[in-house]
Formats: sequence, C-alpha cells, structure tokens
Amino acid sequence: MAKTLYDKLFDSHVVQEENGTALLYIDRHLVHEVTSPQAFEGLKLSARKVWRINSVLAVPDHNVPTTDRSHGIADPVSRLQVETLDNNCAEFGITEFRMNDARQGIVHVIGPEQGATLPGMTVVCGDSHTSTHGAFGALAHGIGTSEVEHVLATQCLVQKKSKAMQIRVEGQLGKGVTAKDIALAIIGKIGTAGGTGYAIEFAGSAIRSLSMEGRMTLCNMAIEAGARAGMVAVDDTTIDYVKGRPYAPKPEQWDAAVAYWRTLHSDEGAKFDAEVELKAEDIQPQVTWGTSPEMVTSVDGFVPDPSKESDPTKRGGIERALQYMGLEANTPITGIEIDKVFIGSCTNSRIEDLRAAAAVAKGRKVAANVKLAMVVPGSGLVKAQAEQEGLDKIFTEAGFEWREPGCSMCLAMNADRLEPGERCASTSNRNFEGRQGQGGRTHLVSPEMAAAAAVTGHFVDVRQLN
Amino acid sequence: MQPFVKLEGLVAPLDRANVDTDAIIPKQFLKSIKRSGFGPNAFDEWRYLDHGEPGMDNSNRPLNPDFVLNQPRYQGASILLARENFGCGSSREHAPWALLDYGFRCIIAPSYADIFFNNCFKNGILPIQLDTDEVDILFSEVEANPGYQLLVDLEQQVVVTPSGQSFSFDVDAFRKHCLLNGLDDIGLTLQKVDQIKVFEARHKAAQPWLFNQN
Ligand code: SF4
Repeated sequence: MAKTLYDKLFDSHVVQEENGTALLYIDRHLVHEVTSPQAFEGLKLSARKVWRINSVLAVPDHNVPTTDRSHGIADPVSRLQVETLDNNCAEFGITEFRMNDARQGIVHVIGPEQGATLPGMTVVCGDSHTSTHGAFGALAHGIGTSEVEHVLATQCLVQKKSKAMQIRVEGQLGKGVTAKDIALAIIGKIGTAGGTGYAIEFAGSAIRSLSMEGRMTLCNMAIEAGARAGMVAVDDTTIDYVKGRPYAPKPEQWDAAVAYWRTLHSDEGAKFDAEVELKAEDIQPQVTWGTSPEMVTSVDGFVPDPSKESDPTKRGGIERALQYMGLEANTPITGIEIDKVFIGSCTNSRIEDLRAAAAVAKGRKVAANVKLAMVVPGSGLVKAQAEQEGLDKIFTEAGFEWREPGCSMCLAMNADRLEPGERCASTSNRNFEGRQGQGGRTHLVSPEMAAAAAVTGHFVDVRQLN
Repeated sequence: MQPFVKLEGLVAPLDRANVDTDAIIPKQFLKSIKRSGFGPNAFDEWRYLDHGEPGMDNSNRPLNPDFVLNQPRYQGASILLARENFGCGSSREHAPWALLDYGFRCIIAPSYADIFFNNCFKNGILPIQLDTDEVDILFSEVEANPGYQLLVDLEQQVVVTPSGQSFSFDVDAFRKHCLLNGLDDIGLTLQKVDQIKVFEARHKAAQPWLFNQN
C-alpha cells in the first residue's frame, strides 16, 4: 500500500502497539535547561539510569545572556538553571555544549548544524519547536517534561499516531518572499488550530526549491499551526546539507544511509486525511497584527475592523488583540511604527537569514525612532560564519547590535526584553501577550522585512526598498 | 501520580479562545528547577495588576478585580471551563503543574493543543473535550448560577450538571486506565525492556549510523 512519509517514519519506529497506542523508539533526544531539571530529578529519585547516553545532546539556550559572557550569568535564578543542566549532564555522562563552547546555540539550530538531526530519525526535545527538525525527513516532536524523563529512562515515547495532512505550495515564490511568509500565510489560512491532531508534510515545487534553512523555518512554525510535527521529504538538498557534519554517518556508512534516505518521501498515490494547497505566486510578505500567529495579513493589508466580524467569539478576540497591541482598526500595516527589532530565534537565526537581513541593512542606517535593533545568531558557529563573511560589520555599521547566540528576546527569559507598550518587528514565532516582555507588542515578520522595518522605522514592503 | 476517579467540584469559566501556555504560566517562572509551587503564579499577568517575578510574596500583590478567577464566587474551583485550542503554544509542563497547584483537576473545553493535552494526563489532570454547543450550555449555566458544581465521572465517562443533564465524553483507553489507577508511565514502559532491546538491536543493524559514538 502506498505510504505517506509520516507513515514510514512512524511505522519504522514502533516497538510495540496496543489499541492504537504505540511505544515509539527515539533516535535523538535534545535537551535544554528549562524543561529538563525536573526530569533529571525524577530519574534520580527513582534511581533510574539514562537508557542510551549517546542519543542525548544538551545545550543551554533559553537563559544565557547574549552580551559578554566572561562573568557568567548575572541573574541568580537563570544561573542556577544553567548550572543544574551542567551538573546533570556531568553526572549522567551526557554530551553538553556549555555556554562558552564555540558550538553552543539554540537547540534547534545546533542539532541540524552538527548533523545530530538526520533523515529518518525520530527526534524529541522538551520544546514545542522541535518540529523544526522535520525539515530533514525526520519525525520530530516537542514533548513535556514527564516525557523527557520517560525518554531518558526508556528511549521510548508513548504515542498515538496522528492524522496526516499534506500542504502543497506550488509555483515560484516572488522576490522578497521567504519561507517565513509561507509559514505565516499557511497559518493565516488554516488557523492556529488548523493542524491540531495532524502531522503536516509540506510538499510542492515551492517547498522543493527552498534551502534547508527555509525548510527548517517552515517546519519550525508547524507547531504554530497546531501540528505537533511538520516534515519535508528527503532530496538532494537534504543530503548535501548533512554531508560532512560532525554527527553525520561515517564515510563507510554513507552510501547505505543515503540509499535508505532516498526512500523517505510519500509514495505516489498515498492518502492524506487532509490536503491544503497554496499558490506561491499569491503569497506576499506577511506581518502579524495581533496576539496569535493566525492574526496576520500581507504587508499591503490593513489592521482588521472587528465590527465587520459576525462571529462574537472571534470579534471579542480581535477587539482584545487590538487593545493589547495598541492598534486602531483599518490602519495600513505600513503605517505602524516600531520601537525595537529582533532578528533571531530558532525560526530565523541561521546563516541564510542573517545574509538576507544584512543585504537589506547594507549601506543603510537604523531609523531614529528605533531604540534597539538586535541581531542574535542561532549558534556560535553561525556567528563565526557571519563574521567571516563580514555580516557583523554590515549590521554594526547600520546601527544594529551584534550579540552572542541564544533564544534571547524570542521569549525574554534572559535580560533581552520589551518594555510595556514597546512595539517590535521580530523574526521569532510567537506574538502572544507578554511573550517578549510584559506588555510588549510583537509583530512577526521575515528577516528581510525586519531589517527593512529597522531602517525605515515602520513596516514597509521590502521589495520597495531595493 | 494522584488517581482520578470521580470529581464533584466548583466550576470556573475562562471565556477566551486560544489561551496559551505563556498565559497560563509566564516564562519568568520557568526558571524554577522544581515541579511544585507554580499555583500562585498561574495566569500571573491576568491575575495581578503588577508584574510578577519569582520569589515575590504573592499574597501581598494587588489582584486584578476584572480577572474572572479572582471573583469570590469562583474561589476553590477544581474544574476549569475553557474555550477552543486551550493550552496552545509552548510545550512547558509548568502549565499543567500550575493549574494543578492552583487546584484544578479537570478542564472542559471544545478543543486543546496536543502537547498540553498530553501533559495533563501525565499529571493527573483530566482534560475533557465536549462539543462547542455543550460547552456553550455550561458557560451560560455557570455564569447564571453562583456555586455551580459539576460531577465528573471518569469511569462512566460523563459530566453531570446540577439539573441532572449529562454529557458523555471520549477518553483514550490507555490514558483512562493510567488516570484511574494513578499509574506512572515509566514503570509501565520498563515492563517492556526486552521488547525495546530487541527493537534496538534490529534498528542498529539496519541503521548503524544512528548509534555512532560522539
Ligand atoms: S528561540 Fe524561541 S521558540 Fe526557539 S527554542 Fe528558543 S525560546 Fe523556544
């Protein structure tokens, strides 16, 4: 029978199945400091060991400062959490890239960068954006802390099979339109619960022509559409990216690995429980206006008018969002001025993202009304690569701050945050109330749109800058 | 884990769609390395008028009188009535920990985000999914009747209103079994050590690169 990519990945990891609930074997377990302390504590309390130490890779990312780290972490609570991870990894013998390791970075950036994320794997992490790793033709889930403990102890996850959804994007993306815009356009179309209960496979010619960075951006935001997993079939782009990375198959294993990876696509005629199609040509640069990623429109659009919404729950939602965001109905998106710019996060902090933002920033200056524009590379290796290419100079000459890698203002657990009422053009993935700081107002955009907003002081169609 | 069999409790209505886990427990409280003590900071940004940070004495903080859970009539509620896509966003298990610590053992909503839904079962919280019109009925009854209580019977899979109306709900058989008996997942899985080892050996033979030592 014709199988979907999801069927292949799921079925090949089932240890045992009973009444539709499977015990799924996990190949890679990524760990960070926020969702792991209680799991390690649980292991210790019940005197359990880690099942397979070499499946685990740990890194602190959420709490680390993005400024000078030579004096450690100033906030004692953040420091304790990072030290707890260091101690747990040392005690259990787990590989960890510590804060001052050149390879440290956001967990979803370093996994692929190291080749620790491979096609055909099951990947879990106590973090919802684990969906990112699906870009490699892997089955990647975010899990809770109890499940982190469960996977550490048993190498397995108790899991029910999801339904399969295929989202096809056909055609060619216009200039200045990115994977981020595809992701936001999809969420705008199906809603933040549109993918609930599904594993989403992204397919179609526009997806095939995305780089691995672009595919990761897209799969990263599958969770924002409600899906626990997003994925893209393996092709040459995938295989070329993996080749030569530290955790990739060894030379003598390579041909067998590639032969297997070539089978990781949905078969001709495979059945999906739901199908969605978008035309690449219809997608414009996107900007969110509200407090949920589905509250999004094209840059040439307007802030919606709640009085035109007939559904009372939706109307209430729009009214509350506009109030929180400090926006008037019917305002053109390009008329919204910003206070801060954040280029970073596991959605958009890879080298390609930084190149795209730098191309816009080059030879321009951050607008006078913008108090802070910061660029936070996704990892130490991304940072080094960008510096080798001179991107840091372009940013700093334009007036951006160039920081150390980490989650930073994506969720503001460290010192980087918005003040109440401040408005930010952000390349991250969530515009929830208070996400980037209490009372902060987040507008999600692509890296080039964020850079364009930085240099003009308001949202602008990046295509009109060139 | 505390078993969940039957619950008769006061209901509190939270009439908002897409309540995310950042709202249920804001990130500054995620710095804790413990599993308990999150209750006083559940819904922190909606619940208090000032900005909460870990280590504050929450009993002295100004409450937001407009936030529904602060109303005297809902004090002591153990059942949370909510709207679509409850628990979306971050995978933080701190969200169910905070709800449990606050006193909620059961949530009723038309739909949930996957990871949150799953995390509830791991912590002895029963998330019940009812149809939107059934949830609508409950919202109007709760708001109209101070002291409104529901009976939740997991064994029978029903929610019973004070007037005797009952709504049945679905629950996965395995999860039901674990909740009813307060069973720890890990212990159950470790009963299958042999099967896991057999699988692992076969998997390693087929894809040895997955097991490289680094
Ligand atoms: S960058 Fe943001 S979304 Fe990604 S892992 Fe860090 S906090 Fe989570």
